[in-house]
Amino acid sequence: MKIVVPLKQTVDLVEELELNDDGTDVEREYLTFKLNEWDEQALEEALLIKDAGGAEVTVVALDETDADQSLYGALAKGVDRAVKLSGDFEAGVSSHARAAILAEFIKAGGFDLVLIGVQTPEDLDGQTGVILAGMLGLPHVSVAVAVEADGDGVRVTQEMGAGVTHQLIVSGPAVVGVQAAREAPRYVPISRIRSAMQAGGIEHQPAAEPAASTGLTVRRMFAPQSSSHAEMLSGDADAVAGRIIEIMRERGALRV
Amino acid sequence: MSNDIFVLVEHHGGAVSESTSELFGMARGLAESSGGAVVGCLLGSGARGLAAGLAADTVLSVEAPQLGDFVPEAYAATLAALVTDRDPRVLLIANTTVGMDVAGAVSGRTGRPLIAYCSAISFEGGTLVATSQVYGGKLNAEVETGDGAIVSVVGGSAAAATGGSPSVEDVAPPDLSGLHTTFVARVEAESSDVDITGEDILVSVGRGIGGEENIELAQDLAEALGATVSGSRPVTDAGWLPKSRQVGKSGRKVKPKLYLACGISGAPEHLEGMSDAELIIAINTDEKAPIFDVAHYGTTVDLFDLLPALTDQVKAVSA
Ligand SMILES: Cc1cc2nc3c(=O)[nH]c(=O)nc-3n(C[C@H](O)[C@H](O)[C@H](O)COP(=O)(O)OP(=O)(O)OC[C@H]3O[C@@H](n4cnc5c(N)ncnc54)[C@H](O)[C@@H]3O)c2cc1C
Ligand SMILES: Nc1ncnc2c1ncn2[C@@H]1O[C@H](COP(=O)(O)O)[C@@H](O)[C@H]1O
Repeated sequence: MKIVVPLKQTVDLVEELELNDDGTDVEREYLTFKLNEWDEQALEEALLIKDAGGAEVTVVALDETDADQSLYGALAKGVDRAVKLSGDFEAGVSSHARAAILAEFIKAGGFDLVLIGVQTPEDLDGQTGVILAGMLGLPHVSVAVAVEADGDGVRVTQEMGAGVTHQLIVSGPAVVGVQAAREAPRYVPISRIRSAMQAGGIEHQPAAEPAASTGLTVRRMFAPQSSSHAEMLSGDADAVAGRIIEIMRERGALRV
Repeated sequence: MSNDIFVLVEHHGGAVSESTSELFGMARGLAESSGGAVVGCLLGSGARGLAAGLAADTVLSVEAPQLGDFVPEAYAATLAALVTDRDPRVLLIANTTVGMDVAGAVSGRTGRPLIAYCSAISFEGGTLVATSQVYGGKLNAEVETGDGAIVSVVGGSAAAATGGSPSVEDVAPPDLSGLHTTFVARVEAESSDVDITGEDILVSVGRGIGGEENIELAQDLAEALGATVSGSRPVTDAGWLPKSRQVGKSGRKVKPKLYLACGISGAPEHLEGMSDAELIIAINTDEKAPIFDVAHYGTTVDLFDLLPALTDQVKAVSA
């Protein structure tokens, strides 16, 4: 089975998000980026399939900030190929444009399965995986919490919420949006990533020219202004703990 | 292009989902300004009867054996055919698993624009203006688009509307032979664990707790309070707490007397499960964390200092 896992670096949400000058996007220049947490899950699921019964796993990323970091990380974890698609991505890449670029790469690569993170925190115009499936006319399952090889296809567990899951069998090729891998993503020591970097091994290809536009115009981005922001309790831990106990008492939430 | 506002009717086990009623609430407002009708898209097998009572003017009922269970491929193909044929001004889809699976695929198939994570929407003349939650709820984006957009709506964005008497139009499905997806089973998790939806006080932990070895900080506090420990998704995914303790969109929706959120950022998917709690107190070192927008009280004191202090004081007052 030939599996491809598209990887994307996204902004680290723990950071302070500054807006750009015209207030229509985050200012990317000073932010730190990390592999989208759901791509990490998709990668793990691909590696679990490979461990279980053999598979050729390719990771692919657009040449955006810190893409090498993700690609070398994946090589260190044991993927077979890592491909970087070059192009002008300075201004940011929408989900639709990303899907269009990936669609061309996937058509040419003859993959049986696309495993992709269920979403990223910046999918304003939708989730890349399902858009990609739509563009390619492929079957898809999103919000997957288990993907296992099954004959010429895969058996997917789709999470519906409140403890309900659906079991589906999809014969390839197909696109699966991974919410969580069956196991927590494996740890790879930094030394192994360093060796992967020294060995090189990232293939370079030009990205297809994206034909897709989102049809959306961002007027502005802004921090949500809640009319009911929490009343903040200040002081050291003991003082705040004391206040919390008072509040619980007032509200009848303290049983003891 | 018609002026109609389409809504995907999501139903499970013979019942229309709550999120669908919210979409109808939203659609009614939009239809008033567009001058069109509210049209429900009801896909299923033997589901036609669910049309009665939907807050729609018309329901398009598409019946096919392949639509009896949620097979994403079949739903995407059917819905894509429907919007291509009818050309609605807007198609509203809930941001559930079904919605997340279908909305993007229909956009990819039809080339229609897609607005995700939408929490508010209106027309300004001919322009559709929507507010979306991005970056884990830390920012809102106000976007505009022309006609024909598919909009994926987060839960709780509009008041539910029910109780209409729509006319029903039967629509033939597209060719659904040759699907590559087989529905095998619906599985309900069995659990002998406590039901967190029935608990009065939840001490809820997020990724900020750092690791499984620290869960006991929350456990100690919960014990002192006579409470139960719950958590956010990353915590249950990592196995630090059982799956049955997960609060949120894909976990449980809880409404306790007190929800103590410890090291939880307050992503929209988490808020969906707890924002109705009677009293919310949030502990998070990031003063910009979205959890503080729904919490009644908050503090940026480090949870590793605060939880032990709180446990000690609760023990002291109850001694
Ligand atoms: C389809 C789908 C369904 C989902 N369903 C759910 C769901 O049901 N439930 C759910 O919770 N999520 C769900 N998610 C995930 C959701 O998007 C977020 O990723 C998740 O809620 C984040 O969890 P968190 O707040 O624990 O972690 P983070 O977002 O990583 O937040 C950790 C927080 O801890 C704070 N912190 C760190 N250290 C400390 C400290 N020492 N003291 C105090 N604070 C500290 C940080 O400031 C940060 O705000 C879903 C996602 C998808 C795509
Ligand atoms: N998006 C959807 N639209 C219409 N029907 C759906 C949708 N999702 C699930 N269903 C229905 O849900 C039922 C199966 O789901 P469940 O009861 O959860 O196993 C069937 O009756 C399906 O027709």
